[in-house]
Amino acid sequence: MTAHPHSLELFRRDRVWPFLMPPEPRVDVSHQVILYVEGLNLSFDGFKALNDLNLYVNDGELRCLIGANGAGKTTLMDVITGKTTPDSGTVHFGQSIDLLHHDEARIAQLGIGRKFQKPTVFEAQTVADNLELALKTNKGILPTLFSQLSSEQEDRIHSVLHTIGLVQQKRLLAGNLSHGQKQWLEIGMLLVSEPRLLLIDEPVAGMTPEETERTAELLTSLAGKHTVIVVEHDMEFVRSIARTVSVLHQGSVLAEGTMDQVQNHPDVIEVYLGEDA
Amino acid sequence: MSILRSVLSRQPAGQRVLPFVVILFGVTVLASLGNLLVPESSSLHVSTYTITLLGKYLSYAMLALAVDVVWGYCGILSLGHGAFFALGGYAMGMYLMRQIGDRGVYGHPTLPDFMVFLNWDSLPWYWFGMDQFWFAMIMVALVPGVLAFVFGALAFRSRVSGVYLSIITQALTYALMLAFFRNEMGFGGNNGLTDFKDILGFSLQSDGTRVALFIATAVLLALVYGVSQWILGSRFGKVIEAVRDGEARVRFLGYRTDRYKVWLFVYSAMIAGLAGALYVPQVGIINPGEFAPLNSIEVVVWVAVGGRGTLYGAVLGAILVNYAKTRFTALLPDGWLFALGALFLLVTLFLPKGLAGLYGQVREGLNRHSNTPATAEETTP
Ligand SMILES: Nc1ncnc2c1ncn2[C@@H]1O[C@H](COP(=O)(O)OP(=O)(O)OP(=O)(O)O)[C@@H](O)[C@H]1O
Ligand SMILES: [Mg+2]
Repeated sequence: MTAHPHSLELFRRDRVWPFLMPPEPRVDVSHQVILYVEGLNLSFDGFKALNDLNLYVNDGELRCLIGANGAGKTTLMDVITGKTTPDSGTVHFGQSIDLLHHDEARIAQLGIGRKFQKPTVFEAQTVADNLELALKTNKGILPTLFSQLSSEQEDRIHSVLHTIGLVQQKRLLAGNLSHGQKQWLEIGMLLVSEPRLLLIDEPVAGMTPEETERTAELLTSLAGKHTVIVVEHDMEFVRSIARTVSVLHQGSVLAEGTMDQVQNHPDVIEVYLGEDA
Repeated sequence: MSILRSVLSRQPAGQRVLPFVVILFGVTVLASLGNLLVPESSSLHVSTYTITLLGKYLSYAMLALAVDVVWGYCGILSLGHGAFFALGGYAMGMYLMRQIGDRGVYGHPTLPDFMVFLNWDSLPWYWFGMDQFWFAMIMVALVPGVLAFVFGALAFRSRVSGVYLSIITQALTYALMLAFFRNEMGFGGNNGLTDFKDILGFSLQSDGTRVALFIATAVLLALVYGVSQWILGSRFGKVIEAVRDGEARVRFLGYRTDRYKVWLFVYSAMIAGLAGALYVPQVGIINPGEFAPLNSIEVVVWVAVGGRGTLYGAVLGAILVNYAKTRFTALLPDGWLFALGALFLLVTLFLPKGLAGLYGQVREGLNRHSNTPATAEETTP
């Protein structure tokens, strides 16, 4: 018996129904810039956490943000990801998407992924489940209720498990991982979500020197295809990965350039490196 | 196709449902046979009183399951589920009232006795259609569902959570209680709805109907259990658990967590409504007392005792605590609230995971005692 080609098409196992497809965001990077942050101001009870902050990040760039404690680095990420609304200023993703008009969930769907300063994995669920939750798929209620992992998605999870070195721990509850492993799992959650722009807050805190080195390799390999913004206090680590560094101080960008340029910048020497380096 | 496949191939859910269903149906069949076939003189005879009591426990178990779905799995501590239970109960009660027909004390062909007593001359609009079983059954789920949707959309969208949410759920059930106490509402005031005669034409007094209601409750409990286990085993369920442990983080993964919470809350409220509808014909009355804020708190205690975050724990907790209540109130009618409070205190202090977590807790204690290092045992299958 020969089935009609159309019905064969309908019953194919790997077929993805249109309603299961994630709405494909189009990020207009025709001017090479993927992130425009302009004139951001934000104060908490009179304290200016962000002060007329301007930042432009090119598509495919790996940018490091440094700055003393309380400089506003995490707050900037909060604004970009929709967690906090600024008092004034604009944030655009590509030419046309105004991020201040979207909520956290939509911004994530648009392709902006985030790793938090404190590792925040779902401790009561397995490593594999954590990755499944982060997968790039339709995040609507019905697709989430009915969909199952396709073989490509399983492969994707497996390859990420490989990258983050947690293949053995696949079925372990995330709560049982070490601190460093949780950091890796969180990086893995970023990877499976295949974001255009990755915001990574202090990735190597609590990692051993080898783990730090692997993280550096991973982040540099991501740049190009993805745009990566890394916040880090570990200067050696920053030096090993950075091409462009932006220095934040009291809520605004103090200096920008290569690591050497920045370290020799008189303002930076005065307010930041001069103090504790 | 893809839906059917996903339903059938979710094995872990099936493994968790089967033992539960086997035990539940085993008890149900034995009790029913013991009532209908074993002569009353035999010591194995199960009285109709016991059957009705079991049916009541099972409908409480369904209510506990509804609370566990939102509290145990999603961290929404609802102290107002008694309201959804009572609304489902009232919908069933209205149908049963209409079934009385002209056999009421006043013999009015359509109006229930309390309306004749209030000198009303026609049915209020919201009583129409309630003489149809199918329509009443839709209302059993729809009314709690719509209320939960409106309430949930308002609360979860404005990101109300934790203690504040619990308090407003208490306010919700309290407000409904006050409203239902009023005669003008058209639900029988403080007497509520009672003196039911039959359901679907079968007398509520006969043993056969009693057993049938008990069996229906068991079957529906098994069904709700299976569906809930399937939902919680899906990726939707994983999102729900993740919301419990870190809602902000889930939003950054791209999920609109407020919508997830609203729909889970609606599902849970509909189960509570169904539980209420099964409860009313078995106890023979529904009145505004069912909306009492304390009732909703009691349900939370059942779930805590049984073990939140496991559906069988919720069912077990509801049955055991209510059995204890039946025995205890027979001995010391006024002492129950103190006993309940003490029970809650003991469970929170010594059994944070309830009875369902007892096994794991004991094993962990033994492990620590014999100093064997914890290995990869704590993985899920
Ligand atoms: N929700 C908030 N309410 C009040 N103040 C806040 C809030 N969030 C941040 N701040 C303040 O804003 C300032 C900037 O904080 P932010 O977390 O952005 O610093 P950071 O550069 O990330 O520092 P670190 O290197 O320590 O992570 C700090 O002084 C902090 O106390
Ligand atoms: Mg920070």
